Amino acid sequence: MISTILIIGGGQAGAQAIDTLRREGFEGRIVLVSEERELPYQRPPLSKKFLAGELAAERLPFRHQSFYDEHRIELKLGIRAVRLDPAARRVALSNGEEVAYDRLLLCLGAISRQLTCPGSELAGVHYLREISDVPGIQEGLKPGARTVIIGGGYIGLETAATARKMGCAVTVLEMADRVMNRVVASNVSEYFAHEHRSQGIKLICNTRVVRLDGGTRVERVICADGSIHEADTLVVGVGAVANMQLAAEAGLGCENGIVVDEYCRTTDAAIYAAGDCTYHPSLRFDMRVRLESVDNAFEQAKTASQNILGRPTVHDRVPWFWSDQFDNKLLIVGLSQGHDQQITRGDPATRCFTVCYLKGGELMAVEAVNHPKDYMAARKLIAERARPDPDKLADPTVAMKDSV
Amino acid sequence: MPRVVFVQPDGVRREVAAPVGITLMEAARRHGVVGVVAQCGGACACATCHVYVGPDWTERLEPAEDMELGMLETAWERRINSRLSCQIHLTQDLDGLTVTVPGKQGA
Repeated sequence: MISTILIIGGGQAGAQAIDTLRREGFEGRIVLVSEERELPYQRPPLSKKFLAGELAAERLPFRHQSFYDEHRIELKLGIRAVRLDPAARRVALSNGEEVAYDRLLLCLGAISRQLTCPGSELAGVHYLREISDVPGIQEGLKPGARTVIIGGGYIGLETAATARKMGCAVTVLEMADRVMNRVVASNVSEYFAHEHRSQGIKLICNTRVVRLDGGTRVERVICADGSIHEADTLVVGVGAVANMQLAAEAGLGCENGIVVDEYCRTTDAAIYAAGDCTYHPSLRFDMRVRLESVDNAFEQAKTASQNILGRPTVHDRVPWFWSDQFDNKLLIVGLSQGHDQQITRGDPATRCFTVCYLKGGELMAVEAVNHPKDYMAARKLIAERARPDPDKLADPTVAMKDSV
Repeated sequence: MPRVVFVQPDGVRREVAAPVGITLMEAARRHGVVGVVAQCGGACACATCHVYVGPDWTERLEPAEDMELGMLETAWERRINSRLSCQIHLTQDLDGLTVTVPGKQGA
């Protein structure tokens, strides 16, 4: 008999689990512990509309307090789980309390990878992951302010675009030879690099930051080639790692994230995990992955909740991602690792094109730039393991859904 | 505050009051309307907040932009009155708006 379900982490996954557990009829005690003081809220706008001041803080939470009251959710906000004892099924909290559970769901998310070069500890070195990170950055985003972004990934580029729209003089420093190099094709990188540069952003690739300099706070960034970039504001977006210390210290299996099976169960039968913190099997792609994705957090939380309630459910999804930069929408579906064929549909000069990845003739992944139709069609085709005709796929006048 | 009505897939009619300035999707989410999934939270990136707009209302809404139309193209049971609720911004003029939530979201 399950009477207490403890959820640690109040992000997308934690919020969704509450929803699913109650909707599926669980009447017992649900406790949510979150380090953040805020009610569970959406993270994607933090680098976009919320940072720009275009979205009020009250529009970020998934649910208002009344929802949690109505559904009898015990919220422990601003409190950290400090120790997990799987044998005793108890979790010690930073406020000295201990919570006993029948089932535990870890929704710990990811943490920003930290710079390690000299000067990294200076004040004014900002990371962007939580709502509490925003005011410090926002304060510096004034017209004309010299804003340096270290890292040309999603967060770096989205933040750069927002800062530029707010009138800042923006420099982006990327270590690799192209932006978003881990997640998109080279022509997609090129397209976005061009978009940023044409908006007045100084984008420098192949550059490695070796030192941050300043008095009481960071004032400039020094690169390996000796170049110096003056910074009134500095934001670092150099990737993230799974937040798994609690799990690892408790002896749960951890690799690139908390190891779970397709039921979202960890190596302890009473403990489940969901979202960015998990290292999980992707059945469709026949590999283990850790994903930083709203969809994955949402779906794993649903799956974990069903399994917690004793209804065997398998997590087998085609992941998808998006990024908004200036007036561009990048929509990605699937995983391209291991592809043996790459086809571009349409001309990047039209600002609307799609890169398709195939493996053994099967569609594996699609990167659609301002092309929602291709993206939506691909979501279906990839899930169905469709084998599109490469000639039709290469022809942008043939709808992707008709390429099979 | 405009009042809007959601007819859930289970047939239950939910009338909710929602402030001007938020979207129809946010109104649904705040009140836990069943069937409006809204995974991407209003970024027009997932098409899981699909609704059918009541017959008297289609003409009274701001028309859908290309991004929304593209996202809807392969939506489950798309109809002439299909919209993404995250792209409908509530105004006082929309008081009384009635929408029906489809039985399934996504493609």
